[in-house]
Amino acid sequence: MEKRAIFRQRWLPYLLLAPQLAITLVFFYFPAGQAVWQSFLIEDAFGISTEFVWFENYQALFAQPQYYRAMANTAVFSVSVTVLSLSLALLLAVMADRQIKGANGYKTLLIWPYAVAPAIAAVLWLFMFQPSLGVVARGIRALGIDWNPLLNGTHAMILVIMAATWKQVSYNFLFFLAGLQSIPRSVIEAAAIDGAGRTRRFWTIVFPLLSPTAFFLLVVNVVYVFFDTFGIIDATTGGGPAKATETMVYKVYQDGKLGADLGGSAAQSVILMAIVVALTAFQFRYIERKVHY
Amino acid sequence: MTSRTALLAATTAAFAFAATHAAAQVEIQWWHAMTGVNNDVIEKLAKDFNDSQKDYKVVPSYKGSYPDTMNAGIAAFRAGNAPHIMQVFEVGTATMMAAKGAIKPVQEMMREAGEKFDPQSYLPAITGYYSTAKGEMLSFPFNSSSAIMWYNKDAFRKAGLNADAPPKTWPELFEAAKKLRASGHPTCGFATAWVTWLNIEQFSAWHNVPLGTKSNGMDGFDTEFRFNSPLHVRHLQNLVELQKDKTFDYAGRTNTGEGRFTSGECPIMLTSSAFYGNVKANAKFEFGTGMMPYYPDVAGAPQNSIIGGASLWVMGGKKADEYKGIARFFTFLSDTDRQRWLHEVSGYLPITKAAYAGTKGSGFYEQNPGRETPLLQLTLKAPTENSAGLRFGNLVQIRDIWAEEIEAALSGQKSAQKALDDAVARGNQSLRQFERAVSR
Amino acid sequence: MIDRRSGPDWFAHAVLWTGILVMAFPVYLTFIASTHEPSTIANGQMPLVPGDKLLETYWQTIFVGPTRTSRMPVGAMMVNTLVMALVIAIGKICISIVSAYAVVYFRFPFRRTAFWMIFMTLMLPVEVRIYPTYNVVASLGLLDTFAGLTVPLIASATGTLLFRQFFMTIPDELLEASKIDGAGPVRFFVDTVLPLSRTNIAALFVILFIYGWNQYLWPLLITTRADMQTIVIGIKKMIVTADALTEWQIVMATAMLAMIPPVAVVLLMQRWFVKGLVETEK
Repeated sequence: MEKRAIFRQRWLPYLLLAPQLAITLVFFYFPAGQAVWQSFLIEDAFGISTEFVWFENYQALFAQPQYYRAMANTAVFSVSVTVLSLSLALLLAVMADRQIKGANGYKTLLIWPYAVAPAIAAVLWLFMFQPSLGVVARGIRALGIDWNPLLNGTHAMILVIMAATWKQVSYNFLFFLAGLQSIPRSVIEAAAIDGAGRTRRFWTIVFPLLSPTAFFLLVVNVVYVFFDTFGIIDATTGGGPAKATETMVYKVYQDGKLGADLGGSAAQSVILMAIVVALTAFQFRYIERKVHY
Repeated sequence: MTSRTALLAATTAAFAFAATHAAAQVEIQWWHAMTGVNNDVIEKLAKDFNDSQKDYKVVPSYKGSYPDTMNAGIAAFRAGNAPHIMQVFEVGTATMMAAKGAIKPVQEMMREAGEKFDPQSYLPAITGYYSTAKGEMLSFPFNSSSAIMWYNKDAFRKAGLNADAPPKTWPELFEAAKKLRASGHPTCGFATAWVTWLNIEQFSAWHNVPLGTKSNGMDGFDTEFRFNSPLHVRHLQNLVELQKDKTFDYAGRTNTGEGRFTSGECPIMLTSSAFYGNVKANAKFEFGTGMMPYYPDVAGAPQNSIIGGASLWVMGGKKADEYKGIARFFTFLSDTDRQRWLHEVSGYLPITKAAYAGTKGSGFYEQNPGRETPLLQLTLKAPTENSAGLRFGNLVQIRDIWAEEIEAALSGQKSAQKALDDAVARGNQSLRQFERAVSR
Repeated sequence: MIDRRSGPDWFAHAVLWTGILVMAFPVYLTFIASTHEPSTIANGQMPLVPGDKLLETYWQTIFVGPTRTSRMPVGAMMVNTLVMALVIAIGKICISIVSAYAVVYFRFPFRRTAFWMIFMTLMLPVEVRIYPTYNVVASLGLLDTFAGLTVPLIASATGTLLFRQFFMTIPDELLEASKIDGAGPVRFFVDTVLPLSRTNIAALFVILFIYGWNQYLWPLLITTRADMQTIVIGIKKMIVTADALTEWQIVMATAMLAMIPPVAVVLLMQRWFVKGLVETEK
C-alpha cells in the first residue's frame, strides 16, 4: 500500500533521514561489523597484539561446557518466566474481565510494575530474599529450608525467575485484558444460550480467540527474557553462584570484561545476533505482517 | 634612560617568562578507584603536590570500582587518550605487565627523569609483587593490605576463650570456632571474605608451598597451577566438613560478607587489614587482630603473607616532560612523612622501610594495637619463590573459576580433591589463552 | 456479564486482590526498609511496620547520598536520569517522526533501502553488540558524557514504524488539499501531520520515557564517574561495595525514588500508555 499523493523534492527526504541513518550506521551497523571482525581475532586487552584465527574462537566456544550451560540456563529461565508470567497474567485478566465496573480500577492497580526497571525489581527481590536479612528469607529458614542463593544455584535461579516474572505479569495482563475485552459478547452469549458453563466457554471459545494474543506474547516474553533481563542478573547474582544464573547475554558481558576474551565475547555476540534475527523473522512470519510494501 | 629601559625590559621579560611558565603547567591525569575516606586522601595528596610546585598539576578522577577503572583505562588507551597514571588492583598486574608499549615501567621512568630512586628503600614484600623477576619495579605500590584474622573479644570471653590469645593454628581456630558456635553464634563460627585470596593465594604463601610454577608466574607466562596439592585439599576438606554445621560459613567471593563480623554474627573473620576503618566505626564490641592461622605440621609455615590492594601504573606514549612530572609525584609520594600519614590515616600499609620504622618508633602501634599485624606478617621471613607474590594473566576471571569450584565443594557437589583438580585445569586453560593472546 | 449473578463475583475479586497484594508486597517492604536504621536491617531484625527514620533517611538520600561509596546525592542522580530519559524520549520521537515522514511522503532512490536499514536495527539490541559499541563510543570521546548516554539510543526502529503505520492511514485528500493551498512538505508536516499525530506522540512519549529512565546496560557500560550516574545504576553500585557495609536504608529509599517518576507517568497517562504499548507492538 503506497501513498498516491507525494512530494517531489529530491533533497529534503535525505535531510530528514540523515540523523537517524547516521546514528544507525555509527552505533548499530559499525559495531555489529566490528563484532563479526573481532570474532575472528585473538587479541590482548590493549589491542597491541592481534592474531587472525578464522573460526577458532567459535570452535573454542562450542567446546566449552560453560557455553552449553549458559544456553541451558537461558532456556530454563525463558521457559519458566514465560510460562509463569503468562499463566498468572491470564488468570488475572480473566478475573478482571468478569467485572462490569472496576475493571479499569484493577487495571490501574496491576499495570504499574511495568514502569519499574528490571534492575530495581531485582533489587527489591534480592532484599526480600537475602539470606541474612531478608524478611521472606527469614520466613523460609523458619520453615527449615536452608535458603541460600549465595551458594545454591537452584535458589539463585528461583530468585531471578521470581523477579523477572513479577515484572512481566503486568505487561502480559494488559494485553490479555485488551484481547479479552475485544471478544464480541455475542459469541459468548451464543455459547451461553447453548448451555455451555463458564469453564467450558472459556476453553472452547475464549481461549482459541485469544490465541493470537497469546502467541504474540509468547514471542515477546522469550525475547524479553533473552535480552532485557541483563539488569536483573547483574543486580542480584552476577551470574553466580558458580555460573548457575549466567545467561547467554550475561556471558557475552563477562567474557569481555577487562579484555580477557574479546574474540570469544565477539563470537558469542554474533551468535546472539543470529538468534535475534531468527526470532524476529519468526515473529513476523507467523504473527502479523508489519511491513506492507 | 638606560636603567629605565633595563627595568622595562626586565619587567617585560619577567611577564613573558611568567606567562610561558604558567602556560606550560603540565597536567597529569590520575584515574583511581578510591571511595569514601580514601577518596579524600587522594584529593589531599594531589592538592598538596600541586601546591608544592608550579610545573605540574595532578588531576585525580574517580572512575568507579577497580574493574571499572581498569576497563575505562583499557578503552581509553585503545581510543588513544589514556590517562597518565592508572590505579590497577593487584589482580590486574599480569595484564598490565604484558602490555609492552601500553605501559611505562616505573623504575625506567624514574631513571630517565633523573629522580633519585632506590629500590632498596622499599619493603621487599610489597614492591616484589610489582617488579620483574630481576627486581625492576614496574608499577608504584600505592595502597597495599594483607590478610589477617579479626576476632570478637567479647564473644571470646563469653565462650570461655582467652580474649588476648587468639588461635595461632588452624586446628586451634577450628576448636575455638566450635566453642563460639555453641555459645551464641549458631549461624557462624568463623568465616572468610575474599574466598580465593584467603584460602588459596595467601594460604599457599603463608605455608611456603607453590601456587603455580615459575615462582607463581613471576618468571614467565608459561606458568601452570599447582594448588591441588594434598595440603590444599586437606584445608578445603576441613572447610567442607565445618560448613555442614556452620562452624565455618561461606560468606561470598568478595567482601560483601564482612558485615557479618561487625554485626556480631560471625565472631571470627579472616579478611583484609584494610577492614580496619569499618570495624572501628561499626563494631559495637571489643575486637582484636591476629595473624592468619597455619597448619603446624607443615615445615616452613608460617612463612610470610602476600599483599593485596592496588598500585599505580604509568601509561605509555606520553611526552618526556609529562614523565618528569609523574616521576616527581612518585618521589613526593615516597616521602617518609607522607607515607607515615598515608599509613596511619587510611589503614593501608607503608611502602618504605623508613616509614614503617618511623611509625613504629613513634609508638603508634602501641596506641593502636592490631595495626602492626599485617606488617609483622609481611616481614616475618624473607620472601621465597612461593611467597614473593603472584602474577597470573586473566586472574580476575581465574579467581571466579576457583570460587565456583570451592562453592561446588562446599555445597557437596564435588569432592574437595575434584574441585581443586578442576580449578587447576580450568585455570591453566585460562593461562594458556592469556599467553597466546599476549605473545605474537 | 452473561450469567446474571445476584452479587459481586467474590472469587474473582479475591484472586485479583491477591494478585495486587503480591505485586505490591516487595514495594511495601522496600518502603518499610527505607524508614529504619541500617543496623536494624543488617541484623535481620526489620519488622513489618514502618520505623521512625523516614524524613531523616530520605533527606540524607536526596541531598547527601551514601556515605561510603560514591557520595553522590541521589537527588543529583535523579536529575541525571530525568535529563537522560527526556532527551531519549524527545529525541527518539523527533528523529523517528521525520524519518517516517520522509519514507512515506517522498519518492527517492534508496528509499526502500533506507527503510530496511532502519527496520533491521530491531534485530540489533545493545546486548548483542556490547563491547564493539562501547569501543565506538570510547573512540568518539563520548564516555561519561550525556551525549554518549543518549545519542546512541535515539535511533530506533519502533518509533519510525509506529509513525509510518499511522501516516499510512492519513487520507490522501488532506495532502491534496494542502498542495492546492500551496503548502510545501514542511508546511504540510507542521500544520496537518503533527497535530494529527498528537495522541501517537503522547503514547510513544510514555513508553520511551520509561524505556529511557530504566536503562541499565548502556549507562553501566559507558559511565564510570560518580556524577554521571543514573539512579538505576546508582542503586546497583550502592549494593556491590568493596571495603564498606551496604547502607540498606539508603538503597531502599533510592529504590523508592527511582520507581516514583515512571510509575507516576504510567498512572497519570494511563490511557496513552496503554495505547502506546498496544500500538508499538502491532
